[in-house]
Amino acid sequence: MPFTPPKPSPARVLPARLQEARWRPGLADHPFHSEIFASAAEASGAGLALALARDALTSCGGDEEDTRQVLWVQDRAAIRLGGRPCLAGLPPDLHHRLIHVAAATPEDALFALEEGLKCRDLACVIGEIAGNPRALSFTASRRLSLTAERHGVRLWLVRLDAEPDLSSARMRWQARAAPSPPPRWNPAAPGTASWHAELFRARAHAPGAWMLNDDTGTLRPHPYLGSPDPDLAAAATTPDPVRLARPTVGRSLAARARA
Amino acid sequence: MLPGRRICSGGEEALLADVARGFARRDFTARAALAPTAGAAWALAHYARHGAILASGHDPLRQLGDLPVAALRLDNDVLTVLRRLGIKRLGELAGVSGAGDDPGQEAAARDALRRRFRNHRSPAANPLLRLDQLLGRVPEPLLPVTSRPIPMVQRRLMEPIRHRSLLDRVIEDLANAMIRVLEARGEGARRLELALWRVDGEVVQRRIELAAATREASHITRLFAARLDDVEAGFGIETAQLRASWSEPLSLSQSDLDAAAEDHDTALAACIDRLTVRLGPKAITRPVARASHIPERAQGWQAPLAPVPPSQSALAFHTRPLKLLDRAELIAVLYASPDGVPQRFRWRGTVREVCRVEGPERIAPEWWRERSTTRLRDYYRIEDEAGRRYWIYRQGIVGDGRGGVPDWFLHGLYA
Repeated sequence: MPFTPPKPSPARVLPARLQEARWRPGLADHPFHSEIFASAAEASGAGLALALARDALTSCGGDEEDTRQVLWVQDRAAIRLGGRPCLAGLPPDLHHRLIHVAAATPEDALFALEEGLKCRDLACVIGEIAGNPRALSFTASRRLSLTAERHGVRLWLVRLDAEPDLSSARMRWQARAAPSPPPRWNPAAPGTASWHAELFRARAHAPGAWMLNDDTGTLRPHPYLGSPDPDLAAAATTPDPVRLARPTVGRSLAARARA
Repeated sequence: MLPGRRICSGGEEALLADVARGFARRDFTARAALAPTAGAAWALAHYARHGAILASGHDPLRQLGDLPVAALRLDNDVLTVLRRLGIKRLGELAGVSGAGDDPGQEAAARDALRRRFRNHRSPAANPLLRLDQLLGRVPEPLLPVTSRPIPMVQRRLMEPIRHRSLLDRVIEDLANAMIRVLEARGEGARRLELALWRVDGEVVQRRIELAAATREASHITRLFAARLDDVEAGFGIETAQLRASWSEPLSLSQSDLDAAAEDHDTALAACIDRLTVRLGPKAITRPVARASHIPERAQGWQAPLAPVPPSQSALAFHTRPLKLLDRAELIAVLYASPDGVPQRFRWRGTVREVCRVEGPERIAPEWWRERSTTRLRDYYRIEDEAGRRYWIYRQGIVGDGRGGVPDWFLHGLYA
């Protein structure tokens, strides 16, 4: 019987074709397993996960309308701390294609995530797990990464109030809410969703921090150019160290983020 | 009873005689009658002489008028009412209902009868409706009763089994047999019931429901395997039975030959089945909009693959939060601006400064559903100094007579 080489994982195929040192919204090579660390007292984690998922689906998918379902898994602690998704507040194209799983324990949530990643009819899987449960070990996250890469379904796992421990996620974000740009007609009102997102570990990109804004469904850098606040302006302009950026090879940056 | 006009050769009498002979050959006692409508045929067969025939050209009331009102297939209490009214025969009822010559009198009489029985919707309780059916003014289709046996497969085991591996093999065998039965009927299973008879007479039952009709043996086996961990075999299991108590049509299709089957991914329905078996049916849901203004009632949860009911789209200028807490949490207002909006509040132990506010959006209680003491809610969208955006509300207003100083609650989190 002739030897046939095993089918290479899509994660190994995609970055080789198109590798860009600096992450920006709208890139085509989205990893299959990302983690977003956020506080449970705000919905930034889930909001950024949804925005990144929509960014990935629009930049990877074709022009035809995507009718596949989105699986949203929450464990009980995440529901207690952060609540359930509200239909009227979701992006309109997700209204009819959200399936919610309320898992009692982190083990059940991990099972649901893995089953969702094995399903070819899902557009993506979004998970929310609170804290650092024992079940979500490095082995469990490696399992999720391999399943996602094997079946080609993307996973965004939101970790509420969690320490960035060992994980095999291909991109790891730290997200918190940022002051929103003032709306045009009522500057005293809260504006569109904005986040301060820090990419502290990625396989194909250099780490960095961005101010991101969910502008009617599309993710774009924050329009805070020329803000009086020097921190905001610095984060918004995101000085692009083109020469300095290098793909992280070998060494995990999780240790640096914890320090 | 033979409604309709199709008469075989030999005439109507010959047909009735043939029917009587056929029943007599099987030792049944039968009374046959022939009429254009099912009601008339029933009345003749029960209350007229044997072999009565109402030809289609005849006036039905002339022949049926002498029959008792019980010939109308009515309930006993309606018959009692008619007897107290003094209406004993069909002709009298027809006379009251005014099948006479004067159209005005007929309309008035019918109206009186209809008013008396206006709350009786079922035909068995409404003599006017039954009379119309008997006379052929109202159609009364006869629905055939067809028996559909439930697909069932069963295995009697030569030796009682006490080990899980053997049980798994038996269930795999049962699932394959069930698939063959379902394939022959062109159906897929929605609910499967497994019954295991133990030697001591106990019956262990397991039931799974499937999100979509399926005819996949490996899927069924896998779902049952997750439910069999707590089966007590006792002295052994001697009979296993699998029934598909709910099945739906599922056309035959090409089996998976493409790459999808090679990679062993699952379809959505199979994924939901696996989740349901492990997490329970309440855990996997789909949010659907409901007709209500109260935020927690404006959203319901239903089975994920059930059809979504149509709903009116929400107003676009209402910005709703991405996530809604199951129970709104009480916040302590430390300092409020003159118009009553909190400037500084404490939630979950941390103090937050409010920088931007939009509101109020007043949502009144639903008086048709709630007690009169329920207070209204004034919702505000706020953003604190770090950019965290929340949806808070004040329950009631000062001086609404439904309680003291209104409390503030945090209900939702914006992305």
